[in-house]
Amino acid sequence: MEVLVFLVPLALALGFVGLLGFLWSLKSGQYDDLDGAAWRAIADDQPVSDHGRSK
Amino acid sequence: MQADIDFSHYLKDTGSGLVHLDLAVEGISCAGCMAKIERNLASIPDVASARVNLTDSRLALEWKAGAFDPAMFVSRLADLGYKAYPFERDNAETLEAQRAQGLLRRLGVAAFAAMNVMMLSVPVWSGNVSDMLPEQRDFFHWLSALIVLPAAAYSAQPFFSSALSALRARGVNMDVPISIGIVLALATSVIETVNHTEHAYFDAAIMLIAFLLAGRFLDQNMRRRTRAFAGNLAALKAETATKFVSPTEIKTVPAAAIRPGDIVLLRPGERCAVDGNVIEGRSEIDQSLITGETLPAMAAPGSAVFAGTVIRSGTLRVRASAASGGTLLDEISRLLDHALQARSRYLRLAERASRLYAPVVHATALLTMIGWLAYGASFHDSIVTAIAVLIITCPCALGLAIPAVQTVASGALFGSGVLLNAGDAIERIAEIDRVIFDKTGTLTLPELDVANLAEIPHDVVKLAGRLALSSRHPVAAAVARRAGVASPLPDIQEEPGQGVHGFHEGRPIRLGRPSFCGAGDLANGILCRDPEASIVAFSHGESKYAFAVRQRLRPDAAEVVAGLARMGIAVEIVSGDREPAVRLTAEVLGVHEWRAEVSPVDKIARIDELARQGCKLLMVGDGLNDAPALAAAHASMSPVTATHMSQAVADAVFVGERLAPVLAAVKVSRKALRLMRQNLWLAVVYNVLAVPIAIAGLVTPLIAAAAMSGSSVIVMLNALRARAREAI
Repeated sequence: MEVLVFLVPLALALGFVGLLGFLWSLKSGQYDDLDGAAWRAIADDQPVSDHGRSK
Repeated sequence: MQADIDFSHYLKDTGSGLVHLDLAVEGISCAGCMAKIERNLASIPDVASARVNLTDSRLALEWKAGAFDPAMFVSRLADLGYKAYPFERDNAETLEAQRAQGLLRRLGVAAFAAMNVMMLSVPVWSGNVSDMLPEQRDFFHWLSALIVLPAAAYSAQPFFSSALSALRARGVNMDVPISIGIVLALATSVIETVNHTEHAYFDAAIMLIAFLLAGRFLDQNMRRRTRAFAGNLAALKAETATKFVSPTEIKTVPAAAIRPGDIVLLRPGERCAVDGNVIEGRSEIDQSLITGETLPAMAAPGSAVFAGTVIRSGTLRVRASAASGGTLLDEISRLLDHALQARSRYLRLAERASRLYAPVVHATALLTMIGWLAYGASFHDSIVTAIAVLIITCPCALGLAIPAVQTVASGALFGSGVLLNAGDAIERIAEIDRVIFDKTGTLTLPELDVANLAEIPHDVVKLAGRLALSSRHPVAAAVARRAGVASPLPDIQEEPGQGVHGFHEGRPIRLGRPSFCGAGDLANGILCRDPEASIVAFSHGESKYAFAVRQRLRPDAAEVVAGLARMGIAVEIVSGDREPAVRLTAEVLGVHEWRAEVSPVDKIARIDELARQGCKLLMVGDGLNDAPALAAAHASMSPVTATHMSQAVADAVFVGERLAPVLAAVKVSRKALRLMRQNLWLAVVYNVLAVPIAIAGLVTPLIAAAAMSGSSVIVMLNALRARAREAI
């Protein structure tokens, strides 16, 4: 059971990283246009403009 | 037309040498449009980014400062087949968007915490029946506390603050039992963990918060989306004003850029975009959007004009004012404030439910504790059991029951052209048993139309239309529009206030006032039959014709009135217009109850009178004179062409030429209210089943978690039924 000492912090850290990822995606405006994002995923090629976000 | 608009009001400096512009784009409907626009604009050198938001039909552009004239983008989009208008997020929209994002952030935190706690709870649940060591269980409980306590402190703030403000106002809302439930569940769990006992409810508490936040977010997102759409509609109207930038020089600027004190030029045929006072010039003005009166009025220096007024004959200089001295506007604002106070007393279904719910639940918990004490259980066990009752009855389903239905129903309404302004609008629209329509602009279309087209030979209409193209008078413009012509006659002079004249095929040709064309008799003949019409006469040599121009009824007005009657809803017309005009409309539509020449005060008086008789009223109106009545009625709707003030106070706004959205709104709302009630009953049934288990002291954390998510899912699934298409 000593493995818990190692596994539990790891699990918590992973969860925390996931949360940070979510907060980052929220801040960078990825939930602003859910309809558009769905289509962008299957667009043939990315528009040239994709190096800057509107926000 | 677009090219000469001054865009500087809308440009934002991003700070890094780039300029930002937001455009509302009409016609973006699919991913193809999105890719086409982005690829085309991004290929322009010096454009840093062009990004379409498909949800809101908007385009955000950034480019190197000073590289181009922003109008270039608008014309480029026009070449691609899209109409684009600059827009500015108004405060209300920014606020709704911030709230939605804040709720999503809290929801994210709560959901991540819930997922991680589940990872710890599942071993405890399975360990309790097998061979988990008490030390291990305590360790897992402490870890859960470590995750849940900070997450709950952050993500449950909306409930705590709302509950606190309700308690401060000596009231109870739904957030009070929610907050009590959350706090008690967390406190018990901590105490139980300290005492090394089996049951901790960290998972149930954080899951509850996540589910409730999901409900709040759905509600908020619906409002945000409506605001965004309303913002686009305002931008697509592209209201501009001609402003004097110096005593002699004029410039076309967006209406939003006009400040109080600016002097604005109004020319014939233009729709005034600001409130103000005339300082120079005389003109006939059409104030039907303001007063409901279709006959033109006279404006002279000193008279007040309001946004929405159409200038008919002369040119006016108007000083824009924030607080207009116009008695009409002052009076309407006063009536409006009064009516809005009355409306805020309406109790939403959820609030009514929680007023019943909270005392019952808290009394049950108290009785449980007393009962167990009387039965001889220890003080500790009695309290734990009582808290389990509170946890299991925590209104998780109640918190989702209504927002979920609202979201789905507002989506359905969106599809039929109705935008909701208020979250509780659905409940109130569903309850109505009587509809009061305003006439002008609501039952009729705001644009003028030729009524007696069938009586005039087709080639004469064409010729008159070509002549009318030379006039800016709105009545003449209606003739030109209806004739569907594009080539104006050459060498036509305009006689201000009279009409236009010239020569065609060697004979004099005239269009204008009946006296100007010598067609007074014809005009009188028409006015006898249709006193509401504006007459524009046409003469070519000796032949004379008179066009009766008037506001036309919405194409489906009669069907909608009949449809409402079939649903058992009484229909009434209350208009500010003159009696003959209202009588005629009422006869055509088959409405038996109508009132004419009603002032804004009398409109409210009529609404109060009906309310005292127990009627639940839906007021449908567009004019400034309707605004207080819209606020006073139980529920209200406005067409999208209504004045700003009316749109702002109406519960819902409908788009398009047809009146059918009113009928659709009533039908969808009734169905939605039925589902809300069902959902509340489902929540009650769940409690009836779960509470005895809790009172008996048999609730384990596993049962609490399962019951909570189970009831939430059932309520959500039931809400989705609102999406089923209603035959309209």
